[in-house]
Amino acid sequence: MIRDGSEPDFPIRFYISEYSYNFYGVFCLRPSCDPSKFVADVMKEIPPSGIRRFFDLVSGLEDVISLGVGEPDFITPWHIREMCIHSLEKGQTSYTSNYGLPELRDELTRTYYRRYGLDYNPSSEILITTGVSEALDIAVRTVVNPGDEVIIVQPSYVAYMPSVILAGGKPVIVSTHRDDEFSLTAEALKPAITDKTKAIILNFPNNPTGAIMSKEGLEDIADLVVENDLFVISDEVYECLTYEGKHVPLSSLEGMKERTVMLNGFSKAYAMTGLRLGFAMGSPEIIHSMMMIHQYCMMCAPVTAQVGAIEALRHGKDEMERMVREYDRRRHFIVRGFNRIGLECCNPKGAFYAFPYIGNTGLSSSEFAERLLDEKKVVAIPGDAFGEAGEGFLRCAYAASTNDIRKALDRMEDFVDGLKQ
Amino acid sequence: MDEKIRHILEILENDARTSPEEIASFTDMSAQEVSQAIAKLEETGVIRHYKTIVDWDLVGENYVYAVIELKVTLERNQGYQAIAERIYKFPEVRSVRLLSGNYDISLTVRGKSMKDVAFFVAEKIATLDQVQSTSTHFVLKTYKEDGVILHEPETIQRLPVSF
Repeated sequence: MIRDGSEPDFPIRFYISEYSYNFYGVFCLRPSCDPSKFVADVMKEIPPSGIRRFFDLVSGLEDVISLGVGEPDFITPWHIREMCIHSLEKGQTSYTSNYGLPELRDELTRTYYRRYGLDYNPSSEILITTGVSEALDIAVRTVVNPGDEVIIVQPSYVAYMPSVILAGGKPVIVSTHRDDEFSLTAEALKPAITDKTKAIILNFPNNPTGAIMSKEGLEDIADLVVENDLFVISDEVYECLTYEGKHVPLSSLEGMKERTVMLNGFSKAYAMTGLRLGFAMGSPEIIHSMMMIHQYCMMCAPVTAQVGAIEALRHGKDEMERMVREYDRRRHFIVRGFNRIGLECCNPKGAFYAFPYIGNTGLSSSEFAERLLDEKKVVAIPGDAFGEAGEGFLRCAYAASTNDIRKALDRMEDFVDGLKQ
Repeated sequence: MDEKIRHILEILENDARTSPEEIASFTDMSAQEVSQAIAKLEETGVIRHYKTIVDWDLVGENYVYAVIELKVTLERNQGYQAIAERIYKFPEVRSVRLLSGNYDISLTVRGKSMKDVAFFVAEKIATLDQVQSTSTHFVLKTYKEDGVILHEPETIQRLPVSF
């Protein structure tokens, strides 16, 4: 408005020292102020994003290969997009029920019964959300009282800690380790539980490590949860991307359905990230409370995405399985590649991330990632962006074309060889 | 179907030139195992043929394609096989299919010009005893061939970095 020389519709104020002038340079009597003082104290506790710098660096460069993207490199399958388009053509652009379209909830009930024998009532135990991100936020706000301790297992997705802090809870970190292939063990979890512990946030298959939990491992965790009367928020968004064995939803274990809210979504399995659609499944009490927040902060999830999601559940299985097999092949390719060039990498059994160890290069995760970008134009995310337990590792997404993965591996080999000299 | 075999077939269907070593790097198998598996797939006819999809237009070879619908009458003791065989032996004929519906057999024919194709149909196909009628449709443009989109495929637009 100002740049193109046209005049604004109303006088814009600008600030010089303590007093302000409006757009025409007329002195105003009301003193200016520093708006940062209006930001709530709790915001100071939110850690800055660990990848902001990379984002800025990458934007200006050419010939960059990015293994730093946390989303599929497939476009949403056409039959899903076509259904969204059709619904728009028919004028389906209104609010839906706060809980989400009934057909979508019905379809989810059927899907989870078919897959795992889980029985969720579509009218009271399922809430459709705007991505899993929203589901996480409202699930945490639903269960956390100020001062409650919430156990967060790291390395893990970056949103858990801020969600807990914003809800007034106290995050307590439990680390997973390479020796356990980054699965959570009861031994590691036990010491973190105190009288104040209210809930645990789990994320398996895991971003960034690709770890999954075996049924036995989950049973051990479930025992501890029941023993200590805890609640679990289980983010299972990578559920369908499980390559070895079958995914086990925590809520499918005996006695765990009432103690668990399962968060899931369509982004990863059906390549629908930008459509922003997730869901939560849990007891009517928890789901109803989550809906109470959802109805005021979101009203309902985007209707076009909900229509697409129904189509995905009804007819998306083949396409989804085809994408999963493709990821599986790239997984073998990248893991072998890392081990070949001397970056030890354990076998990720889920999600689409490899998590090679770079500690023996003598560089920290951030140094490695920054120099790799500067010198070889390859983007990977430093492991410590996902918590201290990720230090010494690098998250490399293999949701990239085989050609790009091959080129990235070659460049990384050069880089690692260069470090040795 | 064995998962490993499915991986091999999907990789080769997408790019027939993928080497056994490369295929091995995408799966749990060694290159030797892959070679053996492929040999067996070729032997048993699961893998029929390796071919290349060529966009002849781009090198100035303007082939003309036509889809031809045939109505046929069957002779005593002869099924569709006999007439299909007579037709598919012409090199001009690129595909032959038996269909349900208003007509019986559909062919695609390739020639150097429309005249070429028209004469071929008039002289070689329409004159066959079993052929009752022909209907020739010239192809104006091919958008997708055998699962391959022949113009710019769509590309994904992602942020370069995200959690």
